[in-house]
Amino acid sequence: MAENAFTIVKKKENVSVKRKKIVEIIPKLLLSPTFVVMVVFIYGFIFWTIYISMTDSKLMPNYRFVGLEQYLILFKEPRWWVAIKNLFIFSFLFVLLCVVIGLILAILLDQKIKGENVLLTIYLSPMAVSLIVTGVAWKWILNPELGLERFMQQLGFINFKFRWLVDPNMAIYTVVIAAVWQATGYAMALFLAGLRAIDNSLIEAAKVDGASMFQIYTRVIIPCLKPAFLSCVVILTHIAIKTFDLVMALTKGGPGYATDVPATFMYAFAFNRGRLALGAASAVIMFIVVISIIVPYLYIARERR
Amino acid sequence: MNWKAVRIFLATVLLSLVFDCAAKKGGQVEVLHWWTSGGEAASVKVLKELLEKEGYGWKDFAVAGGGGDTAMTVLKSRAVAGNPPAAAQVKGPQIQLWAEQGFLENMDDVAQAEKWDELIPKVIADIMKYQGHYVAVPVNVHRINWMWVNPEVFKKAGAKIPKTWAEFEDAAKKIQAAGLIPVAWGGQPWQEATVFETVVAGVGGTEFYKKTLVEADPDAINSPTMVKCLETLKMITKYIDKGAPGRDWNLATAMIIKGEAGMQFMGDWAKGEFTAAGKKPDVDYIAVPAPQTEKQFLFNVDSFIMFKVKNPKDKEAQKAMARLILQPKFQEVFNVNKGSIPVRLGMPEDPFDSVARKSMKDFVNSAKTGDLVPSMAHEMAVMPAIRGAILDSVTKYLNSDMSAKDAAKAMAEAVKAAKK
Repeated sequence: MAENAFTIVKKKENVSVKRKKIVEIIPKLLLSPTFVVMVVFIYGFIFWTIYISMTDSKLMPNYRFVGLEQYLILFKEPRWWVAIKNLFIFSFLFVLLCVVIGLILAILLDQKIKGENVLLTIYLSPMAVSLIVTGVAWKWILNPELGLERFMQQLGFINFKFRWLVDPNMAIYTVVIAAVWQATGYAMALFLAGLRAIDNSLIEAAKVDGASMFQIYTRVIIPCLKPAFLSCVVILTHIAIKTFDLVMALTKGGPGYATDVPATFMYAFAFNRGRLALGAASAVIMFIVVISIIVPYLYIARERR
Repeated sequence: MNWKAVRIFLATVLLSLVFDCAAKKGGQVEVLHWWTSGGEAASVKVLKELLEKEGYGWKDFAVAGGGGDTAMTVLKSRAVAGNPPAAAQVKGPQIQLWAEQGFLENMDDVAQAEKWDELIPKVIADIMKYQGHYVAVPVNVHRINWMWVNPEVFKKAGAKIPKTWAEFEDAAKKIQAAGLIPVAWGGQPWQEATVFETVVAGVGGTEFYKKTLVEADPDAINSPTMVKCLETLKMITKYIDKGAPGRDWNLATAMIIKGEAGMQFMGDWAKGEFTAAGKKPDVDYIAVPAPQTEKQFLFNVDSFIMFKVKNPKDKEAQKAMARLILQPKFQEVFNVNKGSIPVRLGMPEDPFDSVARKSMKDFVNSAKTGDLVPSMAHEMAVMPAIRGAILDSVTKYLNSDMSAKDAAKAMAEAVKAAKK
């Protein structure tokens, strides 16, 4: 009898141990296909691209190793340096303007004004538009024969000139204008969320101490927005580095190749010109740039936790 | 589980398999192309009907968009996966690249039976061959070095249609003085390159053209003749409007049609725009060879490369397709529709309009004199990497204040680098 009871207990224990194991395994089992897919299709292809960039692949990928030769060709290519220069001009201005304008809009919207929701929707709506549409619309607005310049001249300002789109030295700034128009609302939303999360007692305390409104913003509120700044800058920067569709729709990299960015450079060389290895090399450089921005961000985010 | 549904599904699958086999009885060809616009699609359909009349199946594999870029990407992935179509629209030196990879089928037996060597000019036949064997079939010929003229504009300005670049400058000045735009220009790299190669052929001559834009000899590129060509090119851009950068070619053609501009340099596909607008050749518009290229013929030939096919019946269908493409029936219907001219020599001229007839005459004559040369801008002359390098240099030169001498030097260096 006693023996019997003992075995029953043992059996029950066994079952529960098994169950525990199953419970532990199921999530892993369910996650493993996604994990495998990610490893193969993201990390696998990253390494494949790195390898291809060290071969002499032309139209089709091949695996003849040539070391860093493609990178040397890349760094001698004047068009690549135009793309890199444009990337820095574009990223810097794009992030700066989005953050500044976004912050100002967020602060103004935070004044508990009437019709806040309507304004919020209006400012956020460009984000709902695809970059291609943004590009095409701004192409028409900025075209001297169709858009702004002609409009102003018809209004009577005969000497009005705005030809950045067709001026090789200024065309990259039209890309900045269109991109800022598109993404500022996003930055504003991030800052607004940050503003709303600030503890009111902090502001009250500052008021009690006799701080002016300006001081409250510069000394209390904006420093509190640090996390919002960080996310905003990182997200906008990686959008800037990947920019492709906007340039394609707005300028197609022109006039000439004056508005080429690394992504359009990569596309042209890998897919239009049968220089797959060179395209891969430029993709690897872009990858390194993104990594060098994202990794420090991840560390900072982790430390804070 | 609903067994009835499953049974119906299985029956459908089986039936479709049976029907599929039935359709495949005479073998079938899968054809990748990007002739998807109205007139082009109708032209391709003719080939499909001819094949079906002989009992072969046609599986259409049309990939629209991007002037073939999208189609090429699809083709590459299919070929790498070991499942290429029977035929694909690939042209110029890229045929060699595909042949080098060992993908292509030898078509010599069809070529000998049909006497291709006698039917098509040698310059074009050589492009279709890899190590002396036919691996591709040419379909049509476009002429690049045309100048499209609105006679009304010239009349208003009191100018004469130019035959040389000096006359051009004279006419352009008159048109400008009359308040019109002399040249309808599309500032996209390939369009700039189209005018560039026309100027090189005209100013430098056929031999110089071959040295620089076919053989891509850096020493010939970095030369006083090239500097002269580049200076002429820049001179033309003095007579364009400020909306030119990025403009599509058909919008530039529309400027001629509407009488806003006097001249456009573009291949004979521009004719389609005039026809669509209801304009008549020699009345509403005039097509003449670009200045100083009267005797020359810069050609752009579309072709199908033939992949190795395993199934013997499909192979038969593929050979039938190759044969039919060069037969008079298809050559006539296709080219009348598309606005190009037959690649097959000795075709009757009656079905074609006056522009095509002039083109056909010049095609034959230039083949005799050796002035029939492949177009660089339209991927007929050099490998894509070299073409890209030349296009970059030309567009950089036109869109900056670089001197012609520096541009020639930069072009030579870019070409040298791309040859590696």
